[in-house]
Amino acid sequence: MRRSQLARACLVTASLVGLGSHATRAQEAPTQTLRVALAEDADVLDPSVARTFVGRIVFAGMCDKLFDINDKLEIVPQLATGYEWTDPKTLVINLRPGVKFHDGTEMDAAAVKYSLERHLTFPGSSRKAELSATEKVEVVDPLTVKITLKSPSAPFVAQLTDRAGMIVSPKAAEAAGKDFGLHPVCAGPFKFTERVAQDHITLDRFPDYWDAANVHFARVIYRIIVDNSVKLANLQAGAVDIAERVAPTDVADAKKDPKLAVNIIPSLGFESININVGNGPKSKSPLGSSALVRKAFELSIDRNAIMQVVYNGLFLATAQAIPPSSPYYNPAVKVPERDIAKAKALIAQAGFKAPVVINLNVSTSPVQKQVGEVIQSMAAEAGFDVRVQATEFASMLASEGSGDFEATAIGWSGRVDPDGNLYSFMYTGAPLNDWHYSNKDVDIWLDQARATTDIDARRALYGKIVAQLAEDLPVLYLDNNAWVTVANKKLTGFRPIADGMIRVQGMQLAK
Amino acid sequence: MKGHLGQRILQVLPTLLLVSILVFCLQQLMPGDPALVLAGEERDPQVLAQIRAELWLDRSLPIQYLHWIGGVLQGDLGFSWRIRQPVLQLVATKLPVTLQLGVMAFIIAVGIGVPMGILSAVKRNTKWDYIANGIGLAGLSTPNFWLGIMLILLVSVKLGWLPPSGYVSLAEDWRQSLATTIMPAFVLGNAIAAVLMRHTRSAMLTAMDQDYVRTARAKGLPERVVILRHALRNALVPVVTLGALELGTLLSGAVLTEQVFSIPGFGKLIVDAVFNRDYPVVQGVVLVTATVYVMLNLLADVLYVVINPRMRGA
Repeated sequence: MRRSQLARACLVTASLVGLGSHATRAQEAPTQTLRVALAEDADVLDPSVARTFVGRIVFAGMCDKLFDINDKLEIVPQLATGYEWTDPKTLVINLRPGVKFHDGTEMDAAAVKYSLERHLTFPGSSRKAELSATEKVEVVDPLTVKITLKSPSAPFVAQLTDRAGMIVSPKAAEAAGKDFGLHPVCAGPFKFTERVAQDHITLDRFPDYWDAANVHFARVIYRIIVDNSVKLANLQAGAVDIAERVAPTDVADAKKDPKLAVNIIPSLGFESININVGNGPKSKSPLGSSALVRKAFELSIDRNAIMQVVYNGLFLATAQAIPPSSPYYNPAVKVPERDIAKAKALIAQAGFKAPVVINLNVSTSPVQKQVGEVIQSMAAEAGFDVRVQATEFASMLASEGSGDFEATAIGWSGRVDPDGNLYSFMYTGAPLNDWHYSNKDVDIWLDQARATTDIDARRALYGKIVAQLAEDLPVLYLDNNAWVTVANKKLTGFRPIADGMIRVQGMQLAK
Repeated sequence: MKGHLGQRILQVLPTLLLVSILVFCLQQLMPGDPALVLAGEERDPQVLAQIRAELWLDRSLPIQYLHWIGGVLQGDLGFSWRIRQPVLQLVATKLPVTLQLGVMAFIIAVGIGVPMGILSAVKRNTKWDYIANGIGLAGLSTPNFWLGIMLILLVSVKLGWLPPSGYVSLAEDWRQSLATTIMPAFVLGNAIAAVLMRHTRSAMLTAMDQDYVRTARAKGLPERVVILRHALRNALVPVVTLGALELGTLLSGAVLTEQVFSIPGFGKLIVDAVFNRDYPVVQGVVLVTATVYVMLNLLADVLYVVINPRMRGA
């Protein structure tokens, strides 16, 4: 009898414990859904091929990288636990143990080797240029990878904080081939569930995520809402919890709404006017052929006034490609004060007579047209006849690539390492140097800055580069733009970081 | 009648072939390099060359056309260059959305436009006529995107009655589906209702002056029967033609409304595809839209016969 009572007590206790642990699990397992509004649809969801900014936001919820960046732009470990340069051409990366891909396979050194080699060899890969310094990737042990470079490359680790550092499941990638982007399998907090083009992308919580305790949602739905007013209406109506790239003109309304919180963080990128200084006959214009005229044009505009008029004071006027948040920013290169008299004198000194015609291409977005018109009106006072040509974006890109432009107003989303904001644009013959700028000193300094990992030496080199560019002015930097993210105040834990990503780890929605 | 229909069906094939050639050639005239757009910020020459080779952009135009049309004839519309999904799958996902939106908008348009047109004609030069004309004029002159945003602000943000945007399919949750599509359908239907109202009014006025209507009245038939059975039935022939054309327009022309309400339909698909130079999607969508358009016109031809018995001998 006593034995049976004991047995019954044990059973009751066991079932209570079972219930208890079940209840705890139920409490722990998140049930909420995070609804994120994206300003446009992402392209293919394959880290090797993907090219859009908005795609990176979706990857932030799905594909962890070897490294990440923090709010101080420092490189911090994610799938890696650390790295070491054993010599200027050898990078050893230590990996986090016990990390699983969404298909249950192990994330180990072999998977890292596979992913990096896939980035380098996959047909149509956009990561080739980013990882072009790689000579070989070797597995040292299951948690250690050794990367040998062809030549020293200081920005290499920074490349691994973006898509080039995303590690995919070799098993899934092999099975899917070219269609991997339709069913991506990575090692991030959420796994891919569904995509309806131009409508939404759904990710579901990955219970075996290495940092699962920091994930507080069962599901993330990325909804594509292109129209700015509609995006704000969705925030106000509580139909989405957070929206990226809210228009600066909507910030005042969002701030007035007691339910909404506005986050503004300067980006890593810039907006600029690219001037054709050497690409074909159009570079023979007064602006393209004379640095004095370019200086005069710069002095004729008031960047701070443009920021106030067009961007409601949210963006920061700048005169260089490196953002102020970067340790490589050169504070000596300041935004010059508007000086009409000096601008007129420089035009005369260059041997031109007013009006000096400038054909300025801008995209068809209302904001870009407004920037063009404000510049047109300001520069007119110094004797420039700025003819603003609103051109559809694809056509504008094509004109710039073929040299069929005098000046183009365009933006760049920015990279953590200054190399990403300068090398491809300013090195002689580099892929994004559509204006064919060429300066031997700048080329040498850019190469030297790539080759050294010494921060002070790099700072000095980038200081010289941006100072020289401010003299030659092949590109007139206008502003260091900002990411405007608006969220419901119930949403906590959002970390605004200069790369504009929405990192779901740590975010919570109060009930 | 059968001969007439057979002839019309035979005309469909060359029409569609012509459409396929036209759309292929016209998009080549668009400035901008698809490879450049696809490469985005990663405009490395190696990447560009690979993209061009993979998408056959480095071949001659006739070869590119034959490659595409060969696939189409085998039921393969290619794949989206931007998101790599098969075009057929995209069309299959978007077509039901646009069809649902179009049919709802059309029902709203017919439900408002035709009765208002009849009322306006029957009560010619009375206050009802003026009110109906006033509403019609307002519907015609209100831009869709403005009406859409105003409705979102009033109905969703202020009153919280309906979701501000997005789409849920009928199969997933029919109530939620209706809630997400009723506002955009109303916005779309509103302008068409005005057009239908004007045409119904004018056709009804003509019909009401006809001898057979006078005869029907002289026979002592009730006015309701005279209007609905005699006048309206004849007046509907041009209205049906117009309706079929408008329904066709709804399939391809709901771009602004879809954009405002974030409805993932055909309009949004084609506009994004044009801006991204996603040629296979543009070609596929235009071809499917043209097919549906041609089919609707064929349907209108059949409907003439159903509505107007005199055409049965034709």
